[in-house]
Amino acid sequence: MIEVQNLSKHFGDKKAVDDISFVVNDGEILGFLGPNGAGKSTTMNILTGYISSTDGKAFIDGVDILENPIKAKKNIGYLPELPPLYMDMTVKEYLNFIYDLKKCKLPRVSHLKDICGLVKIEHVYNRIIRNLSKGYRQRVGLAQALVGNPPVLILDEPTVGLDPKQIIEIRSLIKRLGKNHTVILSSHILSEVQAVCDKIIVINEGKIVADDTETNLSDKLTGAHILNAKIEGEYDDIARAVLDIEGVEVCKQINERDGVLELRIESTEGTDIRRELFFEMAKINCPILEIKGAELSLEDIFLKLTIGEGSYDEEEEA
Amino acid sequence: MGAIFRREVQSYFTSPIGYIFLAAFYAFSAFFFASSSLSNGSTSMTSMYTSLMIILVVLIPILTMRTMSEDKKTKTDQCLLTAPVSLGSIVAGKFLAALLVYTCAVAITLVYAIIIAGYASVDWLTIIGNILGLELLGASFIAAGIFCSSFTENQVVAAVISFIVILALDMLSSIGSLMPWEWLENILTEISFYERYSGFTIGLFDLSNVLFFISAAVIFLFLTVRVLEKRRWS
Repeated sequence: MIEVQNLSKHFGDKKAVDDISFVVNDGEILGFLGPNGAGKSTTMNILTGYISSTDGKAFIDGVDILENPIKAKKNIGYLPELPPLYMDMTVKEYLNFIYDLKKCKLPRVSHLKDICGLVKIEHVYNRIIRNLSKGYRQRVGLAQALVGNPPVLILDEPTVGLDPKQIIEIRSLIKRLGKNHTVILSSHILSEVQAVCDKIIVINEGKIVADDTETNLSDKLTGAHILNAKIEGEYDDIARAVLDIEGVEVCKQINERDGVLELRIESTEGTDIRRELFFEMAKINCPILEIKGAELSLEDIFLKLTIGEGSYDEEEEA
Repeated sequence: MGAIFRREVQSYFTSPIGYIFLAAFYAFSAFFFASSSLSNGSTSMTSMYTSLMIILVVLIPILTMRTMSEDKKTKTDQCLLTAPVSLGSIVAGKFLAALLVYTCAVAITLVYAIIIAGYASVDWLTIIGNILGLELLGASFIAAGIFCSSFTENQVVAAVISFIVILALDMLSSIGSLMPWEWLENILTEISFYERYSGFTIGLFDLSNVLFFISAAVIFLFLTVRVLEKRRWS
């Protein structure tokens, strides 16, 4: 549905986007993850035809956005970082304007009503956009992108400025939209991408650092299975018992407080030692107070990928 | 184009700009009409139409200053430029909206002619020629103003640039008369907006003048499209 080939964009000497290629298939939700200034918005602006690329090509449904912009743009709904709203219009006037602007052929009244129901803005339909809160403006921006029911939705940080309840609503809405739309969304919030997307592209300083599904990304980077455990008792006894368990490679004390040890236990990939650990500790009368998987979160992956392994380790120990 | 045209017309009248423009135009034209035609008991409106040209230098920038600059500032250009419409139709929609408001202003001079017609016979052909001339002059100035507003996202800057450009267009023949070379003076007199327009005010309908103003408007609108295009590529 969306194909990007060796896309680059230079602003003077600065390479905002540097040789990016990826493909998004029909019905996929792709997450663009990266710190501020990584080139997410620039890439999206190129995909939607707002700015041109310095080099490379972008195809929407097989149509080159530079060669046949009007045809390509028909298939795109775009929510930019700052929703492009005319403050002096009411929501109703604005959505009707967008409807005309996109030369939409769907039945006007029922189509706009459906969209308003979807993003829950029916009760502000006749209010002037200037007087709406940030959250509602964001929703009107999303509604604008949905007008004409385009098969591709490009959403630049769709949940910025929303309260937690609204964030959850918008996320589930995007998930629902992902069933019959192809969606690209960008975010610097990792849990958001983790919650919504089928596929993740991590981007930093204009380059793709990782491009995979979320589980694959975690697996690739985790390596050994790691547990953090809080156990009461003497270190020597516990360590001996733990290291006896089949598959355990490392047992390291991280912290100690009031006779409770915090241990980091690493075992070979694919083994689950939690049950074994429980029985072994029970045998030597050392109660386990807490046990939790230290599987790398996307957050860790992100730091690891963008900063590099060396500094990641240092950071953790600090 | 239709959608942009309707939105622009609406925004002229939801913001005070449309009202300020119309009120100022009506007030000045009424003043010129009263001082030149009514108080002298003359049926000739030439003096009023000539004076209105000076007023346009100040009023047209007010009408066009926000046309392109506001979209750029509020980022609403992202919604226009990513919609399936061409740059040409975006600019044309905005131009026609400003032209409609301007036409509402110019139409008032027809009312003055009707007032005169109540007391004496009026040379309607001259009046129609004058109105057409004023309309064409305004159209080319509006296009110039829109062109100027595409450079900046600051409305005040846009207004000042438009003011300077339109004033310069107005004064082309005066500037020309100062030129040391005759050929340059001739060129500047040929493209002088004042000379071309004064033909209309004395009741002279010359097709080349009509075409001149239309071409000027088209050239400025074309340049505006190029500025928008260039912004995408920079």
